[in-house]
Amino acid sequence: MMIKLAINGLTFSYNSVPILDDICMEVAPAKLLSIVGPNGTGKSTLLKCVDRVLKPQQGSILLDRKDIMKMDRMEIAKEVGYVQQNVKRSFPTTVFDTVIMGRRPHQGWRTREEDQEIVWEILELLDIDQFALKYFNELSGGQQQRVLIARALAQEASVLLLDEPTSNLDIKRQLEVMDIVKELVRTKRITAIVAIHDLNLASRYSDRMIMMKDGKIVIAGDPGEVLTAEKIEAIYGVKVDIKIQSDAPYVIPLKPVKTKKVRHHGNYFIARSKKQSSSIDRISDNLSERFGQVKVLK
Amino acid sequence: MTKAFRRHSSRTGKRSDVQREFDKFVGRKILFMFALMVLAVILVGVSVTFGPLEITVLEVYEAIIQRILSTDLGMDELTELVIWNIRLPRIMWGLAAGFGLGVAGCIMQAVLRNPLASPFTLGISAGANFGVSLAIILDFAIFGGMYAVIGNAFIFAFLTSMIIIGISAIKGGTVEILILAGIALNYVFRAASDLFKYFATYEQKEATQAFGQGDLGTFGWSELSLVALIILVCMILVTPKLRDLNIMTAGDETAKSLGIDAGNLRMFVMMVASFLVASVVAFVGPIGFVGLVGPHMSRMIIGSDHRFQLPASGLLGAIILVASDILGMNIIPPIIIPVGIMTSILGVPFFFYLILTRRREYW
Repeated sequence: MMIKLAINGLTFSYNSVPILDDICMEVAPAKLLSIVGPNGTGKSTLLKCVDRVLKPQQGSILLDRKDIMKMDRMEIAKEVGYVQQNVKRSFPTTVFDTVIMGRRPHQGWRTREEDQEIVWEILELLDIDQFALKYFNELSGGQQQRVLIARALAQEASVLLLDEPTSNLDIKRQLEVMDIVKELVRTKRITAIVAIHDLNLASRYSDRMIMMKDGKIVIAGDPGEVLTAEKIEAIYGVKVDIKIQSDAPYVIPLKPVKTKKVRHHGNYFIARSKKQSSSIDRISDNLSERFGQVKVLK
Repeated sequence: MTKAFRRHSSRTGKRSDVQREFDKFVGRKILFMFALMVLAVILVGVSVTFGPLEITVLEVYEAIIQRILSTDLGMDELTELVIWNIRLPRIMWGLAAGFGLGVAGCIMQAVLRNPLASPFTLGISAGANFGVSLAIILDFAIFGGMYAVIGNAFIFAFLTSMIIIGISAIKGGTVEILILAGIALNYVFRAASDLFKYFATYEQKEATQAFGQGDLGTFGWSELSLVALIILVCMILVTPKLRDLNIMTAGDETAKSLGIDAGNLRMFVMMVASFLVASVVAFVGPIGFVGLVGPHMSRMIIGSDHRFQLPASGLLGAIILVASDILGMNIIPPIIIPVGIMTSILGVPFFFYLILTRRREYW
């Protein structure tokens, strides 16, 4: 199997708080890989490390067998496009000016004819050319997302990183954005890595999936392997039912599992867990950090 | 993969409606720049005619051409002298200072991504004021002799921005920290300058106050050519970075992912802008408003592509400053109202007009 991106032993901590812990993964070219996991598990951080917006403390990231730590920013920008989550813009910029920023890795000071042509083509491709002279902030969420994807495409990168591209979009726009990504993977042989919350969107569109928790990859595989009721309950703490819908697992959330219940009872804390004893241990560790010794009654 | 995009309709040379509109849009920007330049030239000519001695606009350009070509066009010697030695230097100072402050403000707003950033709000002007108070009142100067005041103004203005940039380098340089540090320094320097006034004689107070209000008429051609040279050098340094300034407004992470080392770029252009401001302010005093509003006006009119916006900010700054100064000198003669006061009186209504008539969400 050919490998587009290989990550090995990637570790990142922020102010000595570990965010990513020994991440290892390989991505084949022209695949759509989605990363799922609860809030704060390091999905965005992982994407930022791949684009070297953040610098990991340990580990290697190989892009086409080249170490990105040894590439300069411009080189990476020619290979990797990054569509950020909810960007706030400080000053109004037109759609055209926003997208042509993506040509920066390929150009000098002057806007060449060729760069403008490429931008127009991409705008047409994503069906936003009619907004070219509108201001970015004046567009709707779905249109903004498309503009940002267009900018990443203007980089002519072979890897596209998308951070929550469907958040804040209505279901039609969610599907449209994911269709665009899928189409790019199929026709332009782009490798897309998408951090996403919606398990069903991920299931429907991904070739491969990764589920993360607390900075670690818990399971990787195709959607059918990753999205199982047991895994989702263990990682999200939610009871779910899995149905199969057009060959992909479809997740129906039932109810959150109550794992931690800590009550203050006289001089005792009573912690109860319906789950395995490991979570009791975690709670007692937590309490003993704060209150000293804790007696665990089973 | 790279080649995959390049087939498609625009290759045929036909332009769609949006594309034609886009061409017009670009055309308008260029036209606006050209109009500003013409306006500046006309303004210079007209401005020189104001004053006790009657001079026509034609005579003004005649005097300029005569000097440049060093030929004799048979002008009246007194007229030529008044134009060349009294009125023109002041106006050219206005152009240079306004241009420098407008450009510096534009750079600062772009890399700090903050519409409030300007030489004034970042405390650079207050730093210059403090340096001048030190020189005049406490007689403490970095350079001796006739450059004591200018030297102090320059050093302390530059020092202020170095402190701000330094703090941001240590603390990781978020935009908020830069602005907060600037505002804090602004207060400290103001407090210190006010404190010095308790020990000052009447003349010393007058002198520091005069600097604080800004004056375009203190220096002549030789100092002007120095400042003009500094502006030129700074423009040469900044021009290759203008496209990157556009990208910087989209945020550090986006800039990094597009291949730009955001931290280094910010450091570099802030240094250039600080040097520019320090040089201007040292000679003409802390003139506020132009550095804040020049960039906003240009952004409102031609948008935030810095390849156009930066020079336009400078030109607008220059025009505002010259117009204000002329008004200040002639509105209630023989009293000369300091240019710092006039820029605000003249500029604020125009600024409000622009805010109210723009329909864009941002303003």
